[in-house]
Amino acid sequence: MSKVNAILQGTLNWVDERFPLTANWKAHLAEYYAPKNFNFWYFFGSLAMLVLVIQIVTGIFLTMHFKPDASLNASGVPVAFASVEYIMRDVPWGWLIRYMHSTGASAFFLVVYLHMFRGLLYGSYRKPRELIWLFGIGIFLCLMGEAFFGYLLPWGQMSFWGAQVIVNLFSAIPLIGDDLSIWLRGDYVVGDATLNRFFAFHVIAMPLVLLGLVGAHIIALHEVGSNNPDGIEIKKKKDANGIPLDGIPFHPYYSVKDIVGVVVFLMVFSIIVFFMPEGGGYFLEYNNFFPADPLQTPPHIAPVWYFTPYYSLLRAVTYPLLGIDAKFWGVVAMGAGTLIFAFLPWLDRSPVKSIRYRGPITKWLLSIWVVGFFILGFLGTKDPAYKFFGVLPGAPIAQLLSLYYFLFFLTMPIWSSLDRCKPEPDRVTMK
Amino acid sequence: MKKFLTAILFAPVLAFAAGATLHLDTAPDKATDMAALQNGAKIFVNYCLNCHSASYMRYTRLKDIGLTDAQIKDNLMFTAEKVGEPMKIAMQRAEAKVWFGAAPPDLSVIARARASEAGSGADWLYTYLRTFYRDENRPTGWNNVVFENVGMPHALWELQGEQVMGPDHKLMLAKPGKLKPQEYDAMVADLVAYLKYMGEPVAEFRKKLGVIVLIFLGVLFVFAYALKREYWKDIH
Repeated sequence: MSKVNAILQGTLNWVDERFPLTANWKAHLAEYYAPKNFNFWYFFGSLAMLVLVIQIVTGIFLTMHFKPDASLNASGVPVAFASVEYIMRDVPWGWLIRYMHSTGASAFFLVVYLHMFRGLLYGSYRKPRELIWLFGIGIFLCLMGEAFFGYLLPWGQMSFWGAQVIVNLFSAIPLIGDDLSIWLRGDYVVGDATLNRFFAFHVIAMPLVLLGLVGAHIIALHEVGSNNPDGIEIKKKKDANGIPLDGIPFHPYYSVKDIVGVVVFLMVFSIIVFFMPEGGGYFLEYNNFFPADPLQTPPHIAPVWYFTPYYSLLRAVTYPLLGIDAKFWGVVAMGAGTLIFAFLPWLDRSPVKSIRYRGPITKWLLSIWVVGFFILGFLGTKDPAYKFFGVLPGAPIAQLLSLYYFLFFLTMPIWSSLDRCKPEPDRVTMK
Repeated sequence: MKKFLTAILFAPVLAFAAGATLHLDTAPDKATDMAALQNGAKIFVNYCLNCHSASYMRYTRLKDIGLTDAQIKDNLMFTAEKVGEPMKIAMQRAEAKVWFGAAPPDLSVIARARASEAGSGADWLYTYLRTFYRDENRPTGWNNVVFENVGMPHALWELQGEQVMGPDHKLMLAKPGKLKPQEYDAMVADLVAYLKYMGEPVAEFRKKLGVIVLIFLGVLFVFAYALKREYWKDIH
């Protein structure tokens, strides 16, 4: 036994002299001290990593059988669309891989939205974690690009018309818009050239950037250390060895805890994959089972659920300004709606970080914002003429909520400094 | 905090209560009724698979619904030679377009594509195939309640008979067909069950596997949670 150990130790030493394996293991796992009071909301970072791995692995296997080809086969079906059905039927376990990938897309956004909401709750974006937050926003934007490019690939009606609508948005930019949208599509309409370049973006360009940003996100996190539900710095109170008093090694404590989170997540994920892979038309849109037809515009084009809040922001702008079309300002609103999160570290002026010690103003305004985000998301799946209960028109509600969406952030420097905060504790609390 | 989370959870549910204008009849669930699925396959091959292809569906896959390769070959394959071939048709799409105004769509996943807020794809098909009526203003002489100005004539008219649109916007059977109305409905239900099966042949297996996966994860959860408890018992 001791001989085996000696060989293993020798191998490890050999590696360590050439690559900082043990040092990295310690720095990022065994001696990375995380606050001991993480709650439910702290599962979603590791879950996002899990979903990233699921998407990459299933994605690799999908590319082995998927064909980014918009031409029609002998039965008049686009080759790309038919290759997805080939995966669903003729590739052994292809249906499982495909459903894991399609469900994974929605799961990724769900997990990332919850992860971001955690940041809002506990002020995780505040000093000294601004860069973690900015890398995170980069990941979020990348993810949106990844999802958008990927959604074109099955080449169904919603894939095609969704891409058509979004690329057309760029044509609203004054002067260069029309040429820009043709350049993006590679054609005058979404076509084979678009499908091929979106495939390239989806399987290589975006994932590369995404992985780089995830690496930066984690390196930055491990440099400054994790925030926690109390929003106080555990590094301020250290023992004689320089270890935070309220810190515990990530491994084994959080590795075993995250396994529990992973199992629960996989249960929810499996319920969708095995029992409701279409997610009621929200994860796989029904209309997308019709092959793309450039000559037939669907009566109602809606993006997938994770884009609908921003789609609502886009549609809320109906007035031309400065002699430029309303559509352009809609695009600006949509872009601003996603980018505005990046400014949070500098918009929030509260003396405390965590929602636990913040006053009623923050709690109310944030609650309303979250509810508004949900309603915007819901209305984004609907026709602009949609009425709640058949009477309450959705469009003006979406406009009002869009206004609130931005005012929440823009007035944050004022209300966050006015709020009556409670004193923060010295040490973390185990609630 | 709790209150507003509840509000979030219920907002979409309330909103869903509104909506849905198109009325669809609910298709009987025959997903595990092998006799119905086999009958549906027979009707599909005889009545649909002349103009419509099902080009992602291989004949041999019909073993899922309790048929043998020999049975498939002897009873269901009219145009294909080998059971491994997909359900294709001889009609050229360009010609079909001239004859019908539009090429008849491939029906492999039609039961999935026709789903909407109004009901499942099976519901849509079940209603659609029972609501053809005589309309002399249409080139084919047929119209349909759920698919207005449909290009397809009523392929099953011999069986159902001829319906006409009454003055109160209700369909009436003007000329009876070979089947009684109840028999026709049951036959359409079988056909729709088959179309639904064909939309996702793996669906029944998928659900069975899902139960096993969830049981496994349930057991794994017990161990994972016990492991976490063991490690965390010293953390206060």
